[in-house]
Amino acid sequence: MNLTKLLTNDRGGQIFLAILALVAVLVPILNLVVPAGSALHMPTYTVTLLGKYLTYALLAVAVDLVWGYLGILSLGHGAFFALGGYAMGMYLMRQIGDRGVYGNPELPDFMVFLNWKELPWFWHGFDQFWFTALMILLVPGVLAFVFGWLAFRSRVTGVYLSIITQALTYALMLAFFRNEMGFGGNNGLTDFKDILGFDIQSDATRIGLFLASAIALALGYLVCRAIVTSRLGRVAVAVRDAEDRTRFIGYRVEHVKLAVFTVSAMLAGVAGALYVPQVGIINPGEFNPLNSIEIVIWVAIGGRNTLYGAVIGAILVNYGKTYFTGVFPEAWLFALGGLFVLVTLFLPQGIAGLLRKRRKATQTAPPAAAQEGAA
Amino acid sequence: MGASQFFWGRTTVAVLRFMLLGLLVVAPLSQASDNPTFDQGVELLKARSFNTKTDGVDKIAASGHPAAAQVLVYLLKSDLYFRESDQRLVYGQRDGRNYHISDALTSEDLGTVNKRELDKIKTNNRLRAHIRSTIATLNLTSPDAAVRLAGVSQLLDKPDPDAVDIVRRQLDQESDKTVAEAMRTVLALEDIKSEDKNTALGAIEQLSGSLLPAARNGLQRIADNSTDKDRKRAAAKALSAIQTKLQMNELAETLFFGLSLGSVLVLAAIGLAITFGVMGVINMAHGELIMLGAYTTYIVQLLMPNHIDLSLFVAIPAAFVVSGLVGIGIERGVIRFLYGRPLETLLATFGISLILQQLVRTGISAQNVAVENPSWMSGSLEINAVLSLTYNRLYIIVFALIVFAALLVILKKTALGLQVRAVSQNRPMARAMGVRSAWVDAMTFGLGSGIAGVAGVALSQLTNVGPNLGQAYIIDSFMVVVFGGVGNLWGTLVAGMSLGVVNKFLEPWAGAVLAKILVLVFIILFIQKRPRGLFPQKGRAAEG
Repeated sequence: MNLTKLLTNDRGGQIFLAILALVAVLVPILNLVVPAGSALHMPTYTVTLLGKYLTYALLAVAVDLVWGYLGILSLGHGAFFALGGYAMGMYLMRQIGDRGVYGNPELPDFMVFLNWKELPWFWHGFDQFWFTALMILLVPGVLAFVFGWLAFRSRVTGVYLSIITQALTYALMLAFFRNEMGFGGNNGLTDFKDILGFDIQSDATRIGLFLASAIALALGYLVCRAIVTSRLGRVAVAVRDAEDRTRFIGYRVEHVKLAVFTVSAMLAGVAGALYVPQVGIINPGEFNPLNSIEIVIWVAIGGRNTLYGAVIGAILVNYGKTYFTGVFPEAWLFALGGLFVLVTLFLPQGIAGLLRKRRKATQTAPPAAAQEGAA
Repeated sequence: MGASQFFWGRTTVAVLRFMLLGLLVVAPLSQASDNPTFDQGVELLKARSFNTKTDGVDKIAASGHPAAAQVLVYLLKSDLYFRESDQRLVYGQRDGRNYHISDALTSEDLGTVNKRELDKIKTNNRLRAHIRSTIATLNLTSPDAAVRLAGVSQLLDKPDPDAVDIVRRQLDQESDKTVAEAMRTVLALEDIKSEDKNTALGAIEQLSGSLLPAARNGLQRIADNSTDKDRKRAAAKALSAIQTKLQMNELAETLFFGLSLGSVLVLAAIGLAITFGVMGVINMAHGELIMLGAYTTYIVQLLMPNHIDLSLFVAIPAAFVVSGLVGIGIERGVIRFLYGRPLETLLATFGISLILQQLVRTGISAQNVAVENPSWMSGSLEINAVLSLTYNRLYIIVFALIVFAALLVILKKTALGLQVRAVSQNRPMARAMGVRSAWVDAMTFGLGSGIAGVAGVALSQLTNVGPNLGQAYIIDSFMVVVFGGVGNLWGTLVAGMSLGVVNKFLEPWAGAVLAKILVLVFIILFIQKRPRGLFPQKGRAAEG
């Protein structure tokens, strides 16, 4: 499968990848090469902020894959994101070594504080990066697989599925708040020192993380694009629009859903893993059902069922959030709430839909994701 | 109406204050009470001879003066004095070098005085023993059952041989069942120490059903220390009987807690059961409608600060109307454009929930507000020595059942209910029969939202009222509705109650948070097995 094939008929995707490449080249130059006094200099703070947006964008792409192309409104993707983040957090905790407050070479600070004598079994292996990288994919993937296998097999669909995904992330949030779980409880994991031997605070590392996020986003986008243009993707769209008919034709609907859902969860896990070193903390708040719903609104605003729309939505909404919470903290929830209502009422195709309407002539737009069983 | 009540309340308070003031002015003049026997007794206390003082104590006890017991208690503790200036009987507490005194009869504060201004009423051992038993008799013969019970309970903790004899004499005349039971326990506790084996064994038998801690301790002492095998065995048997009874009571208490938690869940979920179940609309703002109900209670209490006891009866209809109207507004303004698109409805109503939360935060306060509990909500119903049911939880259970019944009647017996069911089963057909489906939608949504408001009033009595109140309940409410089976009110009732009970039974060994997680996991697994809940809707309507 080659790139050109993936991106033909995807003007939006081509433009998006081009912009992403441009940004990935410009940002390091503006930050590292342009001297600090210059008006063009980009502070490291902004680099990290952009890196954070890129991980959100990857998360949004993952949600768009299941919502836009498979018709599953997941209100629990924040859970996969947070699990990936926790896996990375555990690696970073192990990297602290004896530089913690208590100076214990083996145990992270919070364990010493809780008077634990040895590392719990599930913390073993996280001192190795390859193992962590594997877990970042595996933990969310396995959870999604098991959860999806149970849910899709018994044909839990529509709003029921949405609500139990929400219950999943809620249950995980409650669990991770517990100190006994061994993930730092309320405080989560923080105070990271370095990653792969590089100081996590240094400008160069920040740029490295930013680039890694950009590359992950580009690759994630291409993976999703590969899925939706493949046979699997076409069947997924068929499942979205008419699940029963697809089943009657002879497709194993459960398998299709399971495959796409699991891939999406793994992408969310990667996004979470890149998010944590940039913000420097992971705590159970990431499992909050509110966060998961917010992801959905990014996708809805950007325009689902386009992939690049999810990227637009994630970056715009989060930029708006950063701006509003800085300037009028009161207004942010009004703005977000208003966006939810206005977008669902007046902009069902999101921003991408608006853009597409402008150049209607190029191709016929795919139909709105009709929800099966809605009647 | 609010304003006039406010005014009326103000006036009443003013009148009350005036009357109180009058009482305070009159009180100091009335130490020479209109009870001659009491006054004679007090006079005799001034004597030097302890025998005369004993007579004085008896006179005071016989006088029936309401403060008699209090005066004797002070005397027993040697805290009773005469003030030299006016021979007033005062209660004095050492305060450094001086004494802080108050009137022994009215407890009126009389300030701090030097030791020399006071005459202490001295007592000796014999007099003190006499006072002790006099107080016990006074308590045990009091016309007030509560005082008698307190007197007996005191004996349970601190046995006193003299008083036990009084108990033995009083038992026959005792009319109150609880007091008689406590008296029998006191006697049995004395009798188990008896030399006579049959008396002791009989007493052990007597204690075996008792839940009072003193009975348990007494039996434990026999089981541990007695040299007699029979007594030991009987005591052990009695203890295990008590243990069983305790466990039963504990079970009953857990069940009660579970049912009250279940009632909260049912109240929170039942409005959702209507909008989600009957109409197929996901209303993520449901939790915020509950919150609005709780805030309505707060505002009602602000408007009628002097009638907190009545405030809930005003708040319930007010909350119904407020939340109901907001609900109708949401339905007319947003949801009606989204019928048939449940996922979009979910997102739009979620947006509304954010806006409502922020409105409350900016409009009222981001902090929790204090909602007061009416006096009739506090206190508890004591079933026995170890089991007492708090009134607030009890009322919540009753209230949830009333709301449930009312809703059932509305849906089954009224024209609106008939139309709601018709529309939910087959909209085009209902419209063909002349049902105005748009109007029915608005009314149904208003009804479900109004019930959420009423639930908010109930929740305001149990938890903190803050902008996040609704969020805490929304997921639980969904779980209840989904678990019970959509479109089935009975399912919601059974699901809510059973989830509440299961949660409370898991809590002791799993902890509150883990219990909740386990319940969530259970529901997630349950939905896999029975995707349409405990009581699925049958028939063609369920196919969609």
